[in-house]
Amino acid sequence: MSRRAALAAVCVLLANAAAADAPADPTLDELLNLLAARRHGHVTFTEAHEMAMLKEPLQSSGELSYDAPDRLEKRTLKPRPEVLLLEHGVLTMQRGHRQHVVTLADTPQLVPFVESIRATLAGDRAALEHYFTVGCDGNLAHWTLHLVPKEASVARSVQEVRISGERDAIREVEIRQSDGDRSRLTIGPEVTP
Amino acid sequence: MTRPALAATVAFIGLAAAAALLAARTHYTTDLSAFLPRTPSASQRVLIEQLREGPAARLIIAALGGGDAATRAHVSAALAQGLRTDPRFAAVSNGDAPGLQADREFLFRHRYLLSEAVTPQRFTASGLHEAIAGSLAALAAPEGLLLKELFVQDPTGELLAIVDALGPERAPRTNAGVWSSRDGTLALLVLQTRAAGADTDAQQAACEAVRQAFARARDTLPAAQRSALTLRLTGPPVFAVDARVLIKHEVMRLSMLGAVLITVLLLFVYRSLPALLLGLVPVASGALAGIAAVALGFGAVHGITLGFGVTLIGEAVDYSIYLFVQRGPDWRHTVWPTIRLGVLTSIVGFAALLPSDFQGLAQLGLYSIAGLTAAALVTRFVLPHWLPAGFAIRDLRAAGAALQQALARLRTARVLLWGVPLLAGTVLYLHRGALLNHELAALSPVSVPDQEFDERLRADLGAADVRYMVVAPAPTREAALSAAQSLTARLAPLVESGVIGGVEAASRYLPSAATQRARQESLPERAVLEERLRAAVEGLPVSPERLQPFVEAIAAARAAPLLTRADLEGTSFAAVTDALLVQDARGFSALLPVAAVASGDLTEGAVAAVRRVVTAGSESAVLLNLKGETDQLYSSYLAQAIRLSLAGFAAIVVLLGITLRSAARVARVLTPLALAVVAVAGLLVAAGATLTILHLIGMLLIVAVGSNYALFFDRSSAGDDGTPVALTLVSLLVANLATVLAFGVLAFSRVPVLSDLGATVAPGAALALFFCALLSQPPPPAASAGRVA
Repeated sequence: MSRRAALAAVCVLLANAAAADAPADPTLDELLNLLAARRHGHVTFTEAHEMAMLKEPLQSSGELSYDAPDRLEKRTLKPRPEVLLLEHGVLTMQRGHRQHVVTLADTPQLVPFVESIRATLAGDRAALEHYFTVGCDGNLAHWTLHLVPKEASVARSVQEVRISGERDAIREVEIRQSDGDRSRLTIGPEVTP
Repeated sequence: MTRPALAATVAFIGLAAAAALLAARTHYTTDLSAFLPRTPSASQRVLIEQLREGPAARLIIAALGGGDAATRAHVSAALAQGLRTDPRFAAVSNGDAPGLQADREFLFRHRYLLSEAVTPQRFTASGLHEAIAGSLAALAAPEGLLLKELFVQDPTGELLAIVDALGPERAPRTNAGVWSSRDGTLALLVLQTRAAGADTDAQQAACEAVRQAFARARDTLPAAQRSALTLRLTGPPVFAVDARVLIKHEVMRLSMLGAVLITVLLLFVYRSLPALLLGLVPVASGALAGIAAVALGFGAVHGITLGFGVTLIGEAVDYSIYLFVQRGPDWRHTVWPTIRLGVLTSIVGFAALLPSDFQGLAQLGLYSIAGLTAAALVTRFVLPHWLPAGFAIRDLRAAGAALQQALARLRTARVLLWGVPLLAGTVLYLHRGALLNHELAALSPVSVPDQEFDERLRADLGAADVRYMVVAPAPTREAALSAAQSLTARLAPLVESGVIGGVEAASRYLPSAATQRARQESLPERAVLEERLRAAVEGLPVSPERLQPFVEAIAAARAAPLLTRADLEGTSFAAVTDALLVQDARGFSALLPVAAVASGDLTEGAVAAVRRVVTAGSESAVLLNLKGETDQLYSSYLAQAIRLSLAGFAAIVVLLGITLRSAARVARVLTPLALAVVAVAGLLVAAGATLTILHLIGMLLIVAVGSNYALFFDRSSAGDDGTPVALTLVSLLVANLATVLAFGVLAFSRVPVLSDLGATVAPGAALALFFCALLSQPPPPAASAGRVA
């Protein structure tokens, strides 16, 4: 399927969703199947980090791209360029000339920040449930996933990842840290190739 | 007892007692000292220092296998905890939190003295703005979570700057919170012993301590899980300890086995217990004399030298065989001169080893000379007095006669000998490119699977063997540290551009005092800092009030004493710094290991680039290729061994020329020996061996031992004595069997040094006798049979 065709399909889906009456409570399976059907996405994002020690939130923005099932790239453009690439379970972080490569398996503390999004986009229920206790509310048109880290060392710093979206598109990722700080990543318009 | 007999006995007992005393009091070693040069060059000295004391020589890797990941992690943590309080270990790392904690705390506490980014410019308003904005960007990244709590104390990000400067970290995989092998099946710990690598006793104690700590750590598990868990140690100290055990064990086992086989042989031949016991007297005296001589000459006896002792059994036992079997009324004038010449040729051959730089060879030379001399003297001057009145061995004349007939038939097949140089020459020519083995590793007693396991774990740990190292000598510690600093600074562009993977230096953890002072002076005083900070955070989402901890930290850093070696205690940097900043007789040396980009070796281009950078400076530093240097050292031994063997051979020719006074006779004596050497070389190469230094020495030994056979054949054919030829043949065959047995046993050793020698001499001695027989002249009619005494 070409990218254009995929986009068209998504638009049709979205239009259908808006037109239809609110369906009954979606099961997690239904939602994940819907998400899994989408193979590719490339969007802009803005992110705001609220930290107690800062007088105003830290703003950043960039692009997010996803290729099913396991490639997720978060490219921050402002305020400083930084690339975060998750591919086959290997996380590459690049800032300036400094490059840092770790595997997800070795660094569970990074799971809430990247794997949560990747697994949701991939509709990868097994991965989600491996790392998180998964809760779901809303309906297919407007849903929210509540991901609570299972591993104690991760749970100490991250309280919950809240991912909300419409149909097969993520709209917002909010990460609540245990100390009250939080970050909110908002998905912007699609980047046209 | 007659007067001369009494005198000989008294002298023998006195000398034997003195030798026994020396042997008992000497020091026995099994470390690599035998393989080190006696008069090293400057770069060899660094190499030896590295091999004996260097960080690589002190590194033990402990691998925990079995059970599940969580169980291994639990035991790894318990083991690390147990060993961290053990004074025998300078550093214990397993990737767990307590281990990293101390290192992190050290770097954080002293960040303003350690960070290369600390300059006066960084603490201006614009410098601060830039640095703080950078740290804020890092906070937004996932890893920001870890930096958040440090931000108000370290808003300029000095900790990150330090960690960045340490280079791309090659952290091992972690599994369940501790380091593991890449496949995740082994939990790994890296232990640095405090004792030098050359101190095998201390290393043995360290290995033992790890095993005991492992047993204790395992006991904290529920009983059902204990048995599944295994511990395997590897690394140079482990190899050194294992090699010592192996050498001790092998030397004992092989000497015993050789002795038993020869005893059985002699019992069978002699059918006389007194003859057997008396026959062993020269051998035992020789061994004792050899040890005593080496103890006197070298101060210590290497275990390998004792292994070579078997060679002595092989030859010294021959003398008594010649005495007993060929004993006649005029033995002293008929047989003894031939034995004497044989002993002299052997001594001349071994004397060629004495000047060797390879201590193992020099010891072997001295050991053999002293041993053979003693054995021969005892056979000549002591043993005849001790033979009881009715001394007799089995009548071997029938066997002799049979041998004589066989010999006559053998001579007719002489023409076949032309095939030997042809065949061997063809084999050697076909393998001409790879005849010699130029790697020291060829002599290593560590088995190939063990070496491969070690290499695998090292690769998993990112602790590959250091091949290249910059060495900067300096008169003082401070000067060595500044040299290390300027070298790392000049090499940094090569790291940045990806030519080399990184460079390690002690100055990263302990900068020179001058540098520390300069960094300290870059820090503004409180009032100035507060004012600049207010300007710096303009436009950033952080208020200066929030950064009060930073202001306090700078004030404290300005007043803090400079870092010294003592401050590193308790971190893993202490061991690293000690390893990279070594003190020797002439001052200090800063060592800077250079890592390749990927695992493996530096490319030629990278080596050239590093060398250019290194020689461009004023530090008189050099780039050392450790592996290359080691192999070069060994190659020089090999070249020297070839030279010395040839010199020994030449000396034997000269000796024979002087004694036999006939070029034809010298040629007759040497031809079968030369053929034997060529044939053995061909056999070894055809069997897939590349020749090591010990093979070459073995060839010299073939000539030394075989000359005895050739001389006896020469004498019988010259007909210049009245010895019964038949009995000479028997004694030669028995002596040859004894030699082949002694060296044949050696050939099955798991210590390559010993097996190489055995595999050369055992077939060589047999072939030497065989070729001597083929080439022997029929005795002149007047001296033929019937003259049996």
